[in-house]
Amino acid sequence: MTKKLSSFKGYIYLLLFLSGAIFTACTQGQSRNTGNSNYTKDYSKTKVFGEMVAELTAPPHVPPPVGNRPAMKLYMEMEITEEEMEMADGVSYLFWTFGGTVPGSFIRARVGDEVEFKIKNHPDNKLPHNIDLHAVTGQGGGAEASFVAPGHEKTFSFKLINPGLYVYHCATAPVGMHIANGMYGLILVEPEGGLPPVDKEFYVMQGDFYTEGRFGEPGLQPFDMQKAYDERPDYVVFNGSVNALSGENALQAKAGETIRIFFGNGGPNLASSFHVIGEIFDKVYVDGGDQINYNVGTTLIPAGGAAILEFKADVPSNLVLVDHSIFRAFNKGALGILSVTGKENEKIFAGEIMEGIYLPEGSTIQKMPKDGNVVSPPVTMTKSELIDTGKKIYMQACFACHQANGEGVANAFPPLANADYLNADVNRSIDVLLHGLSGEITVNGKKYNSIMPSQQLKDEEVAAVLTYVYNSWGNNGTEVTPDMVNKRRKK
Amino acid sequence: MRKVFLLIAALFLINNASAQGGKMALVKGGNYTPLYGIGEQADVEVRDFYLEINPVTYAEFQEFVRNYSKWQKSKVTKLFADERYLSNWENDLTAPVALLDKPITMISWFAAKAYCECQGKRLPTVDEWEYAAMASTTKRDAREDSLYNASILRSYEQPRTFLKTVGQSDANYWGVKDMHGMVWEWTQDFNSIILTGESRNNGNTDASLFCAGGAIGAKDMMNYAAFMRYAMRSSLKANFSLTTLGFRCAKDVNHPLTLN
Repeated sequence: MTKKLSSFKGYIYLLLFLSGAIFTACTQGQSRNTGNSNYTKDYSKTKVFGEMVAELTAPPHVPPPVGNRPAMKLYMEMEITEEEMEMADGVSYLFWTFGGTVPGSFIRARVGDEVEFKIKNHPDNKLPHNIDLHAVTGQGGGAEASFVAPGHEKTFSFKLINPGLYVYHCATAPVGMHIANGMYGLILVEPEGGLPPVDKEFYVMQGDFYTEGRFGEPGLQPFDMQKAYDERPDYVVFNGSVNALSGENALQAKAGETIRIFFGNGGPNLASSFHVIGEIFDKVYVDGGDQINYNVGTTLIPAGGAAILEFKADVPSNLVLVDHSIFRAFNKGALGILSVTGKENEKIFAGEIMEGIYLPEGSTIQKMPKDGNVVSPPVTMTKSELIDTGKKIYMQACFACHQANGEGVANAFPPLANADYLNADVNRSIDVLLHGLSGEITVNGKKYNSIMPSQQLKDEEVAAVLTYVYNSWGNNGTEVTPDMVNKRRKK
Repeated sequence: MRKVFLLIAALFLINNASAQGGKMALVKGGNYTPLYGIGEQADVEVRDFYLEINPVTYAEFQEFVRNYSKWQKSKVTKLFADERYLSNWENDLTAPVALLDKPITMISWFAAKAYCECQGKRLPTVDEWEYAAMASTTKRDAREDSLYNASILRSYEQPRTFLKTVGQSDANYWGVKDMHGMVWEWTQDFNSIILTGESRNNGNTDASLFCAGGAIGAKDMMNYAAFMRYAMRSSLKANFSLTTLGFRCAKDVNHPLTLN
């Protein structure tokens, strides 16, 4: 009797399931179009088939797509470490990490998966930690269940019942400090059937950091509670440090490839106005959810939020990732490069169109008051000290236009690497820094017509940065002294 | 009569100063508002007590396990210490030589409690510990001093301070050393104030008991260093033996100590 009843029940479930599936097929398109969120499927009853160990990856990498696999039992583990790492060139910071990186390891799963999550707190760590996954339904996103003392590990389990891209973070007191020290990351819960395939996927996460020293001040910088409280960050960066996505760490793609960026914002405080200079997002999965917006220039990502961004890298270019709250990009580090190589497509971007110079404020370059944020070098320096100091100044003042390895930006900013214009005349180079430069010049056979503003630097700083440039990237090794700079300044 | 009192008091002081184990300092009691307190009624009274000047060292703990074999690492009752208990010792009786003057760590609450009791002492309560630890070198309550707070927070960001030699820091107002910047310390009632593993739901819990990371109910919003200690304590179980957790002993002052 009971057997019969249960098999009958089974049919009912099957019917219900089928009608649910039909309902889905009919309404899905509509809900996407209207942005109507009434439609939600109950994935809590999704059956799991088999089990597997999840691969977790360090940024900017993401694990392979879930594709069309069924929901499974998924095992994953993460180690928490407290370790000193680089915040900027010459600046270090004691980061607290999920998996040894900031942001933490990327987690990829699909809706209906049952996750068994092991969190391990390294014995040398000073503090207890836990994890709150925004993808988790239930007490604190798992915070209470995962609270773990140093030298211990905890395992807890949850079912993923909502597809989307979600932030996870540490929620141990003082919560703000744990997040401010880098304890956050992203968990992607793919929908049934997976996300549409693309050529390249990247994991980028923004965070604001609060240090005792101001931006660029060298050495190990302690956390500054007061600045965090006042929401006055010294650093706003992608993937945990100023140089995480530039120079040799730049993201790489080829013209014609489709790109997907999983972008998260760990905060703790600031919302991000995320923008890629030189590209338009074909699609934005708003807030990492079901709603898709098309043809977006800049998208807002709240602290503790995320978005999925897709675009085709149409032409070769160094695309610049920025927080378009723009002082953060050029003065606090929120800047990264997606280097797209390949064939030019002049139908999309022709370049090479000459422009005159328009100077409504008169012919002199306007000077901004100096804010003292620049590294102050000692007065007399050896050549190698000049180079060391110069490198730091370069990374603050020159890097955005001339790039980490002096390669410049095609058609816009001339290269400094192996540059004939630079090597030909040291006095001219000094003058460029002191007084700025505008108008057409030819560097290594290519014409450039742009404006370089005069730099608000002391004699020693000009000497240091030029010595660094002259002694890098195949240049002629000239040493520039503060005296030489001073003489040009007085002319 | 008064003279007799004085004599007894003096004897006590001498007795305590020369007691087995570490030297002790007198901490004069008073009222204070713990971190989790809200409003005046949350004031806690701390009575006069003695507190060891330094955290217990490896050398002192080595002597203890020689005298009390049931606390040796191979003999300890499993219920009272997890597998990390004294795991860096060469054998039951020999602590690593390089660590003899360093604070003992990797000991459970049960072991720390036994150590103190075997010397006629006890572990300090959370209130006593926090009360003694709020003193800087010059003030008995330095919690409003931003420099003092900053220096504590700074020390929390230095890794591997459990390898420092005890007694090198400046003594605080009470003459006690290394309360900050070395190791976390076991307290008698470490788990009586629960900062929940989920440290953000102030609204649903007894605000006077559950101090939350959101700092909503905190008396001093900026005392983040103390939040870290409370968070640390609430992550512990009594059998845990942590690399970064040591202890020191306290003792009651069980007579009226009026010296004037």
